[in-house]
Amino acid sequence: MALIEIDGVTKNYTLENDRELTAIDRISLSIGDGEFVSIIGPSGCGKSTLLHMIGGFVPCSAGEIRVRGNAIDAPDPDRGIVFQHFALFPWKTVLGNVEYGLAERGIAKAERRRTAQSFIDMVKLNGFENTFPNRLSGGMQQRVAIARMLACEPSILLMDEPFGALDAQTRKILQEELRELWQRFRKTVVFVTHDVREAVFLSQRVVVMSARPGRIKTIVETGLGPDATRAAIDEKADALWDMMRDEVVRSIAAERQGL
Amino acid sequence: MSKALRIPLFYMPIFVGLLLWELAARAGLLDPSICPSLGATLVAVVHLAEKGHLIENTWISLYRQSSGFFLAAFFGILSGMLMAESRWVRNVLEPLLRATFPLPKSALIPLFILWLGIGDAAKVAAVFLGCLLPVVVSTYNAARGINKQLVWSAWSLGTPKWLIPWKVVLPAALPEIMSGLRIALALSFTLMVSAEFLIGQRGLGTLIGTLGEDGDYPGMFAAVLAVTLLGFAADRLFLWLNGRLLRWRE
Repeated sequence: MALIEIDGVTKNYTLENDRELTAIDRISLSIGDGEFVSIIGPSGCGKSTLLHMIGGFVPCSAGEIRVRGNAIDAPDPDRGIVFQHFALFPWKTVLGNVEYGLAERGIAKAERRRTAQSFIDMVKLNGFENTFPNRLSGGMQQRVAIARMLACEPSILLMDEPFGALDAQTRKILQEELRELWQRFRKTVVFVTHDVREAVFLSQRVVVMSARPGRIKTIVETGLGPDATRAAIDEKADALWDMMRDEVVRSIAAERQGL
Repeated sequence: MSKALRIPLFYMPIFVGLLLWELAARAGLLDPSICPSLGATLVAVVHLAEKGHLIENTWISLYRQSSGFFLAAFFGILSGMLMAESRWVRNVLEPLLRATFPLPKSALIPLFILWLGIGDAAKVAAVFLGCLLPVVVSTYNAARGINKQLVWSAWSLGTPKWLIPWKVVLPAALPEIMSGLRIALALSFTLMVSAEFLIGQRGLGTLIGTLGEDGDYPGMFAAVLAVTLLGFAADRLFLWLNGRLLRWRE
């Protein structure tokens, strides 16, 4: 059985002028345990909204999302999330941020500290335990956010364009590290991005969404192993881009018309 | 520049101003019957302090000002947070806020005196009401404007929804709340003095008024100086606390 089942999910928004806007239109998708799935699509296609719905932050207008067969209706530490702009608690230190979820679970201080430290070490931030987030670079902040999520030991990782706000070099490093982490722990990852190459590099399956209203246009198995060559990744990414290009053009045209 | 020099240098214009004041008085440029010299004012400070007037009235004023201010801080933050979190509270309070925001709160002091008498209660009420709105408005705006993903992060890390205002919204909104509180702090001294001017037997505002009526201008200046220093000290204390609480923003 699939770990996550997205079953005919639709999301409508009512605009200020009382018009209905369909952000996501009857999407169905199954994600297996331990799978790394990326969702790509033009901006405004609803890919982040879909991820927020899996997170349980945004209710579905129709359809439902099940995890292990149970319909979700609220967020849960078992489904960790990281956002593009990190969303760290700025008033807490690195250690305080990583310990946060553990404290919420009522774990005693000494153990909390030990666990948090191991995740801080994992994302290579040892030495920065007592630093506040605004003193850290974007890449380091995102490492903290990843450690904060992992400390709760979620089985599902939801990543909302996590490297989108980083410079190209940092992004590359973090992509490599995330891939290593995934190969080590084999957690289920749903990864939203608009970077086609990133999707191909990281994931086993890439879901391509259409311009609004967001539907699944196609699903591509990357079929690339951990030691895929650069050329093979580029080739796959080019092929995917060809599929996505029309959608991006359409979404830009729609934006011009103010839709 | 060394740190020891920076502070005196920053306040240099004030020292120059005080010096000019003294020099102008000595040169006979100021009419001593309506504008005493700095020296005469300082002598009056010592006199007033010796007679016990200054200390006693300072404590009374400070008690009224701080009671009003802290009550306003507590209820202001509480209602600002409730407004941000509950549509129902917002619907009740927002029109009230809009309507009373431009009202000069000092206009209500006579009403408070009518209802609460000429003692402490009316003065505390005036300070409270004057300080309330800036705190409510800054808290409400800050709490509404916080990054929604902070809330989502806490939610997904296991914080129950009803605790999120306390654990996430309030600390995230704190910088703006502190700006509102600082404005309220300055207002609290204004209202304290205004209320004491109007009626009463004690307090620095009353002291300024009675000394002025008696024609004791050095004494009056001394009392004004005391209020100024009190406000200044309170603001510096506030900024120190602000720096400690918001250490994470450095």
